[in-house]
Amino acid sequence: MIKGKFIDNLPKVYGIYTGGFIGFIILMAIGEQMGMTAKAIGIAFVAFTIFIYALIGYLSRTAQADAYYVAGRQVPTVFNGMATAADWMSGASFVAMAGGIYFKGYGYMALLVGWTGGYILVATLLAPYLRKFGCYTVPDFIGTRYGGNLARFSAVVVLTVASFTYVTAQINATGTIASVALDIDFKYAVYVGLISILLCSMLGGMRAVTWTQVAQYIVLIIAYLLPVFWISNKMGAGFFPHFMLADEVARIGELEQQFGFVKNSAADLATVPKGLAGITKAHSAVNATPWAFISLALAMMMGTASLPHVMMRYFTTPSVKAARKSVGWSLFFIFLLYSSAPMLATLSKLSLIDPNLSTGIIGKSFAEVQSIDWFQNWNQANLMFISDFNGNGTLELNEFFMGGKAVVLATPEIAGLPYVISGLVAAGGMAAAMSTADGLILAIANAISHDVYYKMIDPKAETAKRLLVARALLVVIGFAGATIAALEIQGILGSVIWAFDFAMSGLFFPLVLGVWWKRANRQGAIAGMLGGLAAGTWYLVWVRTGGSGFLGITQLTFGIFGSAVSLVAMVVVSLMTQEPDKATQKMVDEVRIPSGRTVTGK
Amino acid sequence: MSNAQKHWEKSRSLLWVTLAIWAVFSMGIFLFGAEMNEVTGPFGYPWTYWFTCQGSLGIFVILLFWFANRQEKIDEEFGFNERGDD
Repeated sequence: MIKGKFIDNLPKVYGIYTGGFIGFIILMAIGEQMGMTAKAIGIAFVAFTIFIYALIGYLSRTAQADAYYVAGRQVPTVFNGMATAADWMSGASFVAMAGGIYFKGYGYMALLVGWTGGYILVATLLAPYLRKFGCYTVPDFIGTRYGGNLARFSAVVVLTVASFTYVTAQINATGTIASVALDIDFKYAVYVGLISILLCSMLGGMRAVTWTQVAQYIVLIIAYLLPVFWISNKMGAGFFPHFMLADEVARIGELEQQFGFVKNSAADLATVPKGLAGITKAHSAVNATPWAFISLALAMMMGTASLPHVMMRYFTTPSVKAARKSVGWSLFFIFLLYSSAPMLATLSKLSLIDPNLSTGIIGKSFAEVQSIDWFQNWNQANLMFISDFNGNGTLELNEFFMGGKAVVLATPEIAGLPYVISGLVAAGGMAAAMSTADGLILAIANAISHDVYYKMIDPKAETAKRLLVARALLVVIGFAGATIAALEIQGILGSVIWAFDFAMSGLFFPLVLGVWWKRANRQGAIAGMLGGLAAGTWYLVWVRTGGSGFLGITQLTFGIFGSAVSLVAMVVVSLMTQEPDKATQKMVDEVRIPSGRTVTGK
Repeated sequence: MSNAQKHWEKSRSLLWVTLAIWAVFSMGIFLFGAEMNEVTGPFGYPWTYWFTCQGSLGIFVILLFWFANRQEKIDEEFGFNERGDD
């Protein structure tokens, strides 16, 4: 069926794969009609997709360093775009984003703007230049540009802090979905998630992760878009929701006026289960100050450009030109999901609160709501809760509470879609969380195996030994992440945002100035990385322990303070010490020329 | 000025133009978020709401492809283009 080189056949291979997946969805739909239980469908979806990823991971096994670290540098732009989009869109984007928009409205939308706008910084300031450099990892760039083991090691430290914060959130998300879909305890589900993640990456490193991520993107985008379009059509809101929900947005505004946002007493709120929230903010009105919005967007944009697991995806393209184009494709594929999240939030909210719709529950009697099937299911899953605070027997807007995840997970069921869609959504969430976790664990393991082990400890190590170390680290880091995830310290979204702040505190300016400022030297870079990370961490701890903060910088935007300190430290120390030698300056000149051999000569 | 220097000058001005557009649509317009939201925009959504849902995001996508094409033209102009490899 498939002849010739794998790379030349990519459109065909993934075309067949997509067709096969759609066939599987139809098969499950038929199964549901024939009496397959909801639980069996959920298990089939999650197990089938994980099996496919593991198979791809196995087929992509490799014993070559180039293939293991940078997928042989031959990933075409469009496919690298899909892989980056899957790498990027985490369990949080998939499961929690629509929920965040649903509950927080405008203030939360800063994340959408930030998580897309950051790609402009990636494409203009960094990706093409780092590709020209020809490094294997982000610390590899820092180590070669600035020279010396301390600079390299500092970069590994920042990378590990940021990526590790992020990866626990992703393993947590795989655990949550696995525990719901497979109906097992969260404590064990976390490890089921971890093993699935390792199956994809262990044998083939970056090459295996690339091809599984493309497969995961296809699953997650189908799983996100299909329900949005279906629900919109079923509600009669419009066949293309993105362009047609203006009336629905206006209607939500009307209902908010009509119901009003009644504030609950602290005693009443204490009876609401942890993690659930009510609708307390306007859906489409501007409810944050300009600085609150802009600072959060800015922090996320600079963080995007500093997160190593994204940057290293652009090391896999065939050329500098391809790296640049590939950033555009990445953002296009991300845009498809991000622009749909607000639509899902709108549809979900309206279907729940509009008394004119058959699915609306506000204004109904408590007995009636409690008898609805889906309400019972999600109430049991601890994602929905109602309580008659004012004792009038009718459900008011302020008496209805929901978990953020429920917007994505429960809306299909509320809108009356067949259960096969819920199974599909679970598979999509799993794909999103797994693909990001894979990229992150690989980024950490590669940095430690390549930069610490190979470059600093044993530069004479043979390829086989290097790859053995890389794989062993993958397992160790994965288990460490899972163990911390099992402790459930911070919610899925909180730790994701912290990761961005850590990354920008320590890495943004050392990376950018490495390309754009010839005068930047080793001492400056080390001061920038360690100073920035220390300052950011201090600010986070200070605010978390009751500190007042300043300039409106919160625990979600502490990277703004960290990166400012990093910039000042880097410039001052660079100017106080000697300028970089001629060889280094020549290296920077060469990075700026897009054609020719890579700087490291590979 | 050498060829490489001229190429870098031109690349740098492209960077500034791109970053200026980026700054306007990622931060600048949100200085006036509240005022802008009073006005009806594309497809009937309020302007600010539309920008956060689709507008800014879509502009970033277009901006990236525009930037990549411009930079390629600059590279070609100075003979730094690569073999056909996308």
